[in-house]
Amino acid sequence: MKTRAVILYGLLFLSVFLVLPWIGPESIDPGKIIQFLSGNNTPDGSIFWLQRLPRVILGLLAGGALAVVGAAFQVLFRNPLVEPFTLGVSGGAALGAFIAISIPKLLLTWGPFSTLQVLAVLGASLSLTLIYRLAHRQGGVSIYTLLLAGVTISIMCGGGILLLTYLSSPNALVVFQRWMMGGIDVVGFHELSALFPILLPGIGILFLHANDLNHIALGEEMALGHGVDVKIVQRDVFIGGGLATAAVVSLVGPIGFVGLIVPHAVRRLSGYDQRLVLIGSFFLGGASLAVCDALARTVLAPTELPVGIITALIGGPLFIYLLISRIGK
Amino acid sequence: MNKPIIELRDIYYCYPDSEWELSLSGLAIMPGEVVGIIGPNGSGKSTLLRIAAGVLSPIKGDVYLAGSDLKQMDRRTIARYMGYLPQELISVYDYTVEDIVRMGRYPYIKGFGAFKEPDQRAVIRSLERTDLTEFKHRRLSSLSGGEKKRVFLASVLAQEPDILLLDEPTSALDIHRQVYFFRLLRELASDGLGIGVVTHDLNMASLFSDRLILLLEGKCFRSGTPGEVLDSSVLKKVYGDGLLLNKHPESHRPAVLPRIGPEKSS
Repeated sequence: MKTRAVILYGLLFLSVFLVLPWIGPESIDPGKIIQFLSGNNTPDGSIFWLQRLPRVILGLLAGGALAVVGAAFQVLFRNPLVEPFTLGVSGGAALGAFIAISIPKLLLTWGPFSTLQVLAVLGASLSLTLIYRLAHRQGGVSIYTLLLAGVTISIMCGGGILLLTYLSSPNALVVFQRWMMGGIDVVGFHELSALFPILLPGIGILFLHANDLNHIALGEEMALGHGVDVKIVQRDVFIGGGLATAAVVSLVGPIGFVGLIVPHAVRRLSGYDQRLVLIGSFFLGGASLAVCDALARTVLAPTELPVGIITALIGGPLFIYLLISRIGK
Repeated sequence: MNKPIIELRDIYYCYPDSEWELSLSGLAIMPGEVVGIIGPNGSGKSTLLRIAAGVLSPIKGDVYLAGSDLKQMDRRTIARYMGYLPQELISVYDYTVEDIVRMGRYPYIKGFGAFKEPDQRAVIRSLERTDLTEFKHRRLSSLSGGEKKRVFLASVLAQEPDILLLDEPTSALDIHRQVYFFRLLRELASDGLGIGVVTHDLNMASLFSDRLILLLEGKCFRSGTPGEVLDSSVLKKVYGDGLLLNKHPESHRPAVLPRIGPEKSS
């Protein structure tokens, strides 16, 4: 594997982590940041440590996770247009979140967790289970049924959301609309900690199977011939990807394009070894979303844009460029 | 006496929602032996090979690989004994020749796929064996059909198996590449590998196999040496009247030619 490429992607990730907390509408005095650590509650320290830093970390983690899931799913389904949201995970999560938002009695919080996240993860898990059971066949998973079932469940969840929209109060609608636009602007370290119990195992499973994905790219029978237990890889990647996506969506809403474009960009830059593609996608995906979020909070300062708008506006044309340059080849 | 590397006993298989069935009392492949599996379309050749490779599980019967029940073996262990080359060879991504051959070391490496010295040596040997050393940095998309098949064969050889199961490895290749491929299989067999090869080409099967298994409608119609299997009455029963049987001038093995004129029955 190309160690140099991994180091470069890692350095990019690290630079974004170190630089972005300093960027924003308010300029920050480094001295006051250090004072904050010694118990002196300065506004600069509060903005840096409690607002910008957790937000940058969330951007890095969420973007990284979405890109890794996209990279793994594109190989698993042998389809370059698949992204984390193709499988109905975001539909289920959105329906769960909307139920929490539209029924105020259900919107409760315990520590870092809220019913919005719980119901979003629950909705995503139910979608995943249903899709997986529909596609499960003797001897493995039917990849085509999986895709079709995912699209169908997404449409059904969309129907459920429309029904709730029709029945909901205007206040709930505004909150939901904002959630759907995607955003990483409402977190502190407290909320961030709710991400880890589901996100880390999800991504961990995908990285465990990174080398297996190289073989899956040669077709299921060839992979079996090489000694890969294809059924287990399919199941694990599906569950791991679903968990990671559910964790991200429950906290930041559905943020498109990162999971679609970043893996393509990494393959274009560094080749097709899926071990490198997964690592590169994590670092580049994280850095991209964090940078998009920095743009979202500075472009129209003091107003903040939802980051989903920025990722779509930058990601869309970029994807078209990748598409055209590929056709040109 | 040598023991078979792979042995199939009392195999029965049928596909869901289909009346077609495969039923076979036994099949064994010995070390150093090339067994050609022949028969018309739909006779069950690929299904049989897939069962032998553990891609399909038989409804009844057992497959033994190196004396162990295939059902009890994990895929990595199976791949150390058996190299399987499916009919359809695809790659979603444009890997290099060396990338694909290195993937053959999967059964010996764990986790993220770190290579050790023996792995590297096996890859070099496989590239040399298939005359691909100078191609190793080329991408799959730049290769011809025959070269691609060799690349996948090299990746299977990198597994250092005791037996190779190949499903129509020479389909869509021109004749000199077919000859090259079958000669290579013979060389590998002379090194002690057992080889089971599904092919539609009766002449290649006759010339390069030690034994043939002729399948018809999911059953073994005839098995034995090429001379025993490919006789006129058998050919007529299985393939109709359109074929003429002759002898290969060098090997004196059966050679099958097309007959001129309209076939009486299909």
